[in-house]
Amino acid sequence: MATNAAVLESTRPKAAVHTASKATPQPYMNSYLAGIGLGLVLLAAFVIMGRGLGASGAFSTLVSSGVAAIAPEHAAGNPFYSEYVGDGTTSPFKDWLVFEVIGVFLGGFLSGTLSGRVKWMVEKGPSITTRKRFYFAFLGGGLMGFGAKLARGCTSGQALTGGALLGAGSWAFMMCVFAGAYAFAYLMRRQWQ
Amino acid sequence: MTAPFFKFGYFSEDIGLVLAIVIGIGFGFFLEQAGFGSGRKLAAQFYFTDMTVLKVMFTAIVTAMLGVFWLGVAGVLDLSLVYVSPTYLWPQIAGGLVLGAGFVIGGYCPGTSCVAVSTGKADALVYLGGILAGIFVFGELFPAIEEFYISSAYGTLTLPEVFHLPYGVVVFAVVVMAIGAFAAAEWGERKMAQKKENKT
Repeated sequence: MATNAAVLESTRPKAAVHTASKATPQPYMNSYLAGIGLGLVLLAAFVIMGRGLGASGAFSTLVSSGVAAIAPEHAAGNPFYSEYVGDGTTSPFKDWLVFEVIGVFLGGFLSGTLSGRVKWMVEKGPSITTRKRFYFAFLGGGLMGFGAKLARGCTSGQALTGGALLGAGSWAFMMCVFAGAYAFAYLMRRQWQ
Repeated sequence: MTAPFFKFGYFSEDIGLVLAIVIGIGFGFFLEQAGFGSGRKLAAQFYFTDMTVLKVMFTAIVTAMLGVFWLGVAGVLDLSLVYVSPTYLWPQIAGGLVLGAGFVIGGYCPGTSCVAVSTGKADALVYLGGILAGIFVFGELFPAIEEFYISSAYGTLTLPEVFHLPYGVVVFAVVVMAIGAFAAAEWGERKMAQKKENKT
């Protein structure tokens, strides 16, 4: 306890000097308040649009359109791609989720700017190199992309949206997300701690 | 019944796209305010040192769930017009497990990686590249896994139907469960903080 306080004291002046030139990052919002805010946004989507939030769907549109641009016949012959590409009468990017995800980028930037948290950096624990962190980030993203497609949605579309609407599959999915993450947490401890 | 507004034709699809951006901004704003632009904070959930993910997620679910329920009771929102993702049990169980592994390995989920990128996290940008690659692999394998993908289909199945309970009873049960989870999370965080303090 005493040593801990001493360490804090010795690092404090340095940290203050370092951040004094830039905006000091604000503390995060109270978790329950942020949760209520998020819940009200989700409720607004239900009331206004009759649908919930999402994220991974917009990336499926991006991938499918990319495949269709490079190999149109290949994409047309694959029901997964062709569903996102559509019949060609309208642009596949003229899609609710695509616009919503553009908003997510904007909203995140707005919040980060207001709270002084926009900073070019790498999120990782102290005992892993940036290169290794990038490998794991790519691998994790890959599993996330694959898993989200298999489950027909990610933490936004299934867990949050389906959870609030009491969808049976969404709740099974949510439990499995936590189970999968906790199962691999020990293996990944050096990356984060 | 006057909601959902879009389903009653109160505005065009193009206006809907503008509203999508507005709703997305709100979504991204609260994700970032909650601290979900940080992979370390998100991953801490899986080491029991910071239970923010659980607290924010369940508060959001309970808030929206109660809103939908009471607006339905008040006759404002026609619940049958709100899209509920159909249940495909085994693909969702398998997908959830793979996605969960990806969460702790990569540090983000798709939505949180967007706000991480927009607040300057380089690893989140790499992670987004990974998501695109994962979706591409899924797309390429789709003909081979389509049979599994459409298996165990139960249609739009909800928990009240599964447990043969009234909607309101399940809503109440979820609220009780969430309060229990919050209490456990607060207790766990205190325990982990004590443990850390004793170590140093």
